[in-house]
Amino acid sequence: MEYFIQQLINGITLGGVYALIALGYTMVYGVIQLINFAHGEFFAAGGYMGVILLMYMTGAGYLETHPFLCIAGAVALTMAYTAFLAMGVERVAYKPLRYASRLSLLVSALGMSIFLSNGLMLTQGVFDKPYPSELTHGGFEVGNILVSYLQVIIVAFTGLLLVGLNLLVYKTRVGMAMRATAQDKIMSSLVSISSNRIIALTFAIGAGLAACAGMMTGFYYGSVRYDMGFVPGIKAFAAAVLGGIGNITGAMLGGAIIGMVEVFGAAYISGQYKDVFAFIIMIAVLYFKPTGIMGENVDDTRV
Amino acid sequence: MIREFKKVFKPFALGLIWLLALLWPLLGIHPDGTLSFANAFQVWLYIAAFACVCLVLYVLNQSGNLAFASRPAAALRDRVSSAAGRIPGKAWIGLLLGFALLYPQVFGRYEQDVAINVLIYICLGLGLNIVIGLAGMLDLGYIAFYGVGAYSYALLNTHLGISFWMSLPFAAILAAIAGCIIGYPTLRMRGDYLAIVTLGFGEIVRLILNNWMTLTNGPNGVLGIEAPSFFALNFSDGFSFEYIYLKKLHYLYYIALFLAVFTIIAVRRLNFSRIGRAWESIREDETAAELMGVNTFLLKLLAYAMGAVFAGLAGAFFSARMRFVSPESFTFLESALVLAMVVLGGMASIPGIILGVMALIVLPEVFREFELYRMLAVGGAMTVMMVFKPRGLIPAKRVGTRSEEKEG
Repeated sequence: MEYFIQQLINGITLGGVYALIALGYTMVYGVIQLINFAHGEFFAAGGYMGVILLMYMTGAGYLETHPFLCIAGAVALTMAYTAFLAMGVERVAYKPLRYASRLSLLVSALGMSIFLSNGLMLTQGVFDKPYPSELTHGGFEVGNILVSYLQVIIVAFTGLLLVGLNLLVYKTRVGMAMRATAQDKIMSSLVSISSNRIIALTFAIGAGLAACAGMMTGFYYGSVRYDMGFVPGIKAFAAAVLGGIGNITGAMLGGAIIGMVEVFGAAYISGQYKDVFAFIIMIAVLYFKPTGIMGENVDDTRV
Repeated sequence: MIREFKKVFKPFALGLIWLLALLWPLLGIHPDGTLSFANAFQVWLYIAAFACVCLVLYVLNQSGNLAFASRPAAALRDRVSSAAGRIPGKAWIGLLLGFALLYPQVFGRYEQDVAINVLIYICLGLGLNIVIGLAGMLDLGYIAFYGVGAYSYALLNTHLGISFWMSLPFAAILAAIAGCIIGYPTLRMRGDYLAIVTLGFGEIVRLILNNWMTLTNGPNGVLGIEAPSFFALNFSDGFSFEYIYLKKLHYLYYIALFLAVFTIIAVRRLNFSRIGRAWESIREDETAAELMGVNTFLLKLLAYAMGAVFAGLAGAFFSARMRFVSPESFTFLESALVLAMVVLGGMASIPGIILGVMALIVLPEVFREFELYRMLAVGGAMTVMMVFKPRGLIPAKRVGTRSEEKEG
């Protein structure tokens, strides 16, 4: 039982990370019906930017004097950097193809994904980059269950971001414009919503969330690698599909489920095949209920 | 000319500044707490200089100032193509085949090795072309079939001692079965979902190969696979049969050539058959194809199976040539590489795909010192091709406008 609860806590932590990545997929899919293959690379870029900034701060000695300020600054800068990256990618690789065939758009996205991950490799090297660990060690015990502070921070911060995103999408004018663009691009442009700007903003927000997830993963596993975006990218996509693609609440739920399934699958079935469980769930969902748990009815051309 | 320049200057300059802003943090912030600008700036200058050359060429071309160069070039091209047209197509094919047959006599080991690679990837590219180019389904797990083919020969040979030629049909059949297994659940989906599900399947196959220790020996791979052999008559003392193992490289080259020519002929015949037309109708508009009486379900499954067959053949040859297989050879990046070849050359165009394979295998060999930048260039090329020339270097003749392109 203790083992079970311990795994549950690990699962929630991992699920939070997947949910953050899945949101980017689902939002982008909502506005331009594209699986953004490069999204996993935004996640990796976030992880790298985080480690670069933190190492710099450690080296310059700021991290010891103002630890909280530094981490907050690193998170903010990382999010901004990744958001800029995503807007650039969108402008270069997706905007010229807005009315091209679906296949061209997908191939272009795939090309960007390979390009970015190799760009990271060339500038940062092929080896793992370690995250500074002295900030995040420690934890507390409840009974025999060990909860690290890092897990608490990850879950709390994820929750904060999710609430913020929900407020942004459902309570502000920008969010309303985003929802309108997702529903009907031409109609919303008739009421003077600039769909190009909204699409760029959607990419930026999605990438910012993925960057946070990247930093969390870096802290959680202790290091980042240039190709770390690939597998979590597919799993987060599985989460988005499971929750119903295009649906923000669904993506959060899907992320939590995929995280749990992975952790419990690894704990109780087989650790070697832990990546397979998420893929199998994705395939099963797409086969039996392509609209996902919370998805609206997707018309035939979209699926 | 100034007008054209003004039109593109602003986004161009903004793009370069944007690039510098993205590049500098990666290269200029050091873990020892120092900042530097020189390194990032240097890399940026190279890119900017290259981009400026492209910009100048683009502007000159747009404003018609390149006409002095492009008009004679076009005239020359016309003259060459009309001269080439006078020689019948069969003569060209004969000439190319003759060159391919004489190739190992003329060139050395290294060139033959590269040529074998090209021939393997021609099989893979044309097989993937059936799925993507003809039937219009984006398959990102294609390399899994290559893996199935490679492992079926490796395991049949090491466990049961079955020879290469006997294993070849088995490899093809097993790959086709794998194609049907992967294809069946994905057939209800279209476009982007299909892509990611095939990607997931490809990863599952690789993970199984990696983790099923008792059968595949896991990440260590299968060692000691026999090279292809054939019976030969030995006249030295009377008359007897003898096994000859084809370990020499040029024998392997001829087997690869045979497989590649077989693939080219098969794909060409499929393309211009009733089945090929049905695939193309599915690609252009699935609903309309179904209304016209095309059995889309069976034909899509067939596209998967046929595509897998050629990958299976290529895979069996790959393991016979390397005499060693491991899951390392069947990663997603290989799938992406094959896809890039198809996209670069032109989907559904056989000469285009051959050119694409040549470009992505031979060019990296020529520019060995830029080996690290290979996948960067591949990824960039995929995006650039899609933005500027979505039909590839040698576009297929028979590609219609898709119905979805006219929307919105």
